[in-house]
Amino acid sequence: MISGAAVLLWSIAALLGTAVLAIAESRRSGSGTHLIYSLTLGISAAVLLVLASRIFDDPVTPSTAALPLGLPWIGAHFRLDALSMFFLVVVNFGGAMASLYGLGYGRHESAPHRVLPFFPAFLAGMNLVVLADDAFTFLLSWEFMSLASWALVMAHHREQDNARAGYIYLVMASFGTLALLLAFGLLSGPGGNYTFEAMRAAAPTPFVATFVLALMLLGAGSKAGLVPLHVWLPLAHPAAPSHVSALMSGVMTKVAIYGFIRVTFDLLGEPAWWSGVAVLFLGGLTAVLGILYALMEKDLKRLLAYSTIENVGVIFVSLGLALAFKANAMPSAAALALTAALFHVLNHSFFKSLLFFGAGAVLTATGERDMEKLGGLIHRMPLTSFAFLVGCVAISALPPFNGFVSEWLAFQAILQSPDLPQWGLKVMVPAVGGLLALSAALAAACFVKAFGITFLGRPRSAAVERAYEVDRYSLAAMFALAALCLFAGILPGLVIDGLSSVTRPLVGSRMPVQMAQAWLSIVPIAASRSSYNGLLVFLFIAFSASAAAYVIHRFASHALRRGPAWGCGFPDVTPSSQYTAVSFAQPIRRVFGTFVFRARETVEMPAPGEIGPSRLNVEMHDVIWEVVYQPIARGIDFATEHLNHLQFLTIRRYLTLVFLFLVALLLVLALWP
Amino acid sequence: MHSLTFDIAHLLAGGLVLVSFMMLYQDRLFALINVFALHAIVLAMSVAWQAYIQDAHHLYVTAAIALVFKAIVIPVGLHRIIQRLGIHRDIETAVGIGPTMLAGIGLVTLSMVLMLRVTPEADPLAREDLAFALSIILLGLLVMVTRRNAVSQVVGFMSLENGLVLAATGAKGMPLVVEISVAFSILIAFIVIGVFLFRIRERFDSVDVGALDDYRGERR
Repeated sequence: MISGAAVLLWSIAALLGTAVLAIAESRRSGSGTHLIYSLTLGISAAVLLVLASRIFDDPVTPSTAALPLGLPWIGAHFRLDALSMFFLVVVNFGGAMASLYGLGYGRHESAPHRVLPFFPAFLAGMNLVVLADDAFTFLLSWEFMSLASWALVMAHHREQDNARAGYIYLVMASFGTLALLLAFGLLSGPGGNYTFEAMRAAAPTPFVATFVLALMLLGAGSKAGLVPLHVWLPLAHPAAPSHVSALMSGVMTKVAIYGFIRVTFDLLGEPAWWSGVAVLFLGGLTAVLGILYALMEKDLKRLLAYSTIENVGVIFVSLGLALAFKANAMPSAAALALTAALFHVLNHSFFKSLLFFGAGAVLTATGERDMEKLGGLIHRMPLTSFAFLVGCVAISALPPFNGFVSEWLAFQAILQSPDLPQWGLKVMVPAVGGLLALSAALAAACFVKAFGITFLGRPRSAAVERAYEVDRYSLAAMFALAALCLFAGILPGLVIDGLSSVTRPLVGSRMPVQMAQAWLSIVPIAASRSSYNGLLVFLFIAFSASAAAYVIHRFASHALRRGPAWGCGFPDVTPSSQYTAVSFAQPIRRVFGTFVFRARETVEMPAPGEIGPSRLNVEMHDVIWEVVYQPIARGIDFATEHLNHLQFLTIRRYLTLVFLFLVALLLVLALWP
Repeated sequence: MHSLTFDIAHLLAGGLVLVSFMMLYQDRLFALINVFALHAIVLAMSVAWQAYIQDAHHLYVTAAIALVFKAIVIPVGLHRIIQRLGIHRDIETAVGIGPTMLAGIGLVTLSMVLMLRVTPEADPLAREDLAFALSIILLGLLVMVTRRNAVSQVVGFMSLENGLVLAATGAKGMPLVVEISVAFSILIAFIVIGVFLFRIRERFDSVDVGALDDYRGERR
């Protein structure tokens, strides 16, 4: 029997082969869209089938493989255990769906030769990261993944701002990899053993562990989009073609979270109690800021990218809780928090892919990403709008969909915090819970806006009036994801039980078996404390809605009446008198914006007697960009300008510099106590 | 007997430092080259003495290389280059002689303090040798950075290399390969820099490295 890791390696090789084939194809005929996406779909589906046969094994027996590549004295190690298996499911499912969607969407691609070779390579890179079992392979795959996705971001490099997005992405990605490199360097210790096996065996000192945690927050956090390292994400994710945006938002951020979990839960050993504090704080901050940014956004794809930041924040809050519980020897609570995090990883990959696919469909149909120019699409693209609506409901954490379950589990974990012994955590966790609740409410508002402005109302531009429904491949991908959102929401016990083999090696416990509960309820701790039944909620909603519809149709008048709609006091009702994305967000901007965005509204009134419109101007600042990044950029500019003349010294001056530096080092050595 | 061998080794290595100091205050090219030849002779004697007391015969080869190439071939070659090119025979210094000497004394002190501190358990002979060698290296660098003339920079570089040879021979058991490679590297550097001198001569009619700066439009 060939081992699981070997199968995965073969499939990665197949993906890389597909990438090479794509280069050849694009050279030859200019397009091999159908062939390439069919191949990636086939490979990802095959991997999913292989994984499906083992996903409910408990405990999972890890299978390893080693290749004589990479550093000569260690080679390249790969390992397939429960954690990597879960993330491989996420990666390959996202890959399969994106390939299916790409079968249709890719036909509208203006430059397929810039997308096709990198798409399989990107998938291969993400698979490799999750499979890697030594630091060198991990970092190499990580960089490979970053570069492939960068190439995809730059696919439409002539469009406005895309080159800048690519540049910022590249800078942030290299910064993140630097942090990871240092983290693994610290973990491997002076002996320099780079296999994860050796790192797991060596217990780092608390001092080293602190540094590793901080570096992982920087390295994995910058890839996942933790505030304030998120700046590249809303630029780069929307710049890529939509199915790649879906992969980057839905899957690549999860690969970053995988890296974080792998190091902090697996390699770092026992955490200290305060290690959860920073994670919790950053997670809460990320959740609220991410969704506030999303609310202020009027570009549909950027809105989705900002919402990804919010969801990453939610996941990190759960991970921080899991760390805190694990440090305090509360394994069942830690298992609950970790399950919530992983469940949300899975859910977010479902609905964020779905929403990006929907945004891509809108983009294909209308050529617009700006919500202020959309509207009324529900009449022209009914199927897309239905799927998009399901995604919006799921991401807004409404039952009976899957988003509700994972956020509910996160809150259940937060409710365990009074049992924590440290007062700092006792106070902090409920506060973070408040942030989480706030972000959940804001997310609902945000997606009411996203759906309402885009699909409801009346068309705001001519392009929308010419819109048409997208092809069946795209619809198939969207409806498959929508069905899974509902399925995971109704049968959460199945997912929770599937995750038990993941949590046990990491936190030493698992959640109680859920599929044995009556009526498919889920009971995180005890039935007396809390339980949730997605199936019942679903049945109740379905029944009451049909009953209401029946009652209305049965007893109300059958006469069809058409009358003028109330014009809300406007003398002539035009599409421009509708709510816009900005006006919808105005109340929230008034509440939070003055503080978070330094938003200021000014009214320009024309002088009496002057004929002209009065104007309402809104001025907003991206505070994080201005406070964190601009000073760094200014500092670098200043330094390069002033160091520039070092380029033009005489040979003797260069020698003098070397000499003085040598003497200074020797002096330090001589004076060192 | 042991203390006598130690004293003689000490005397020769110290002599080498002293000759390095002599290089610092030369303001004529020919005098500088002559001092360099003396430097090489003292080095050869020191290496030969090390060969005798360590009973390491291969070090005699190193001593011979030092004597033949550095004390005879290179100085003679440099003499001929200077005569052929008609280079100005005086050396333009970037820092005055007095401050340079003071800086040199500071560097020797630094290397003594440093070496004696970091190698307390080493063999006393090797310890002294290393301290002297570091002084010679630093003094060679000092010659390079305080002179504007290309030839004196070459001489400074070679005296620096003499310090490396002293350090290499002071430690017991250093294989011959190292010295030969070092000797060859210095020979290659000499050839390269010689070519470089001719190039400068063709273009600028001077061997003052300042001419390169003028060509690039830079101030000194």
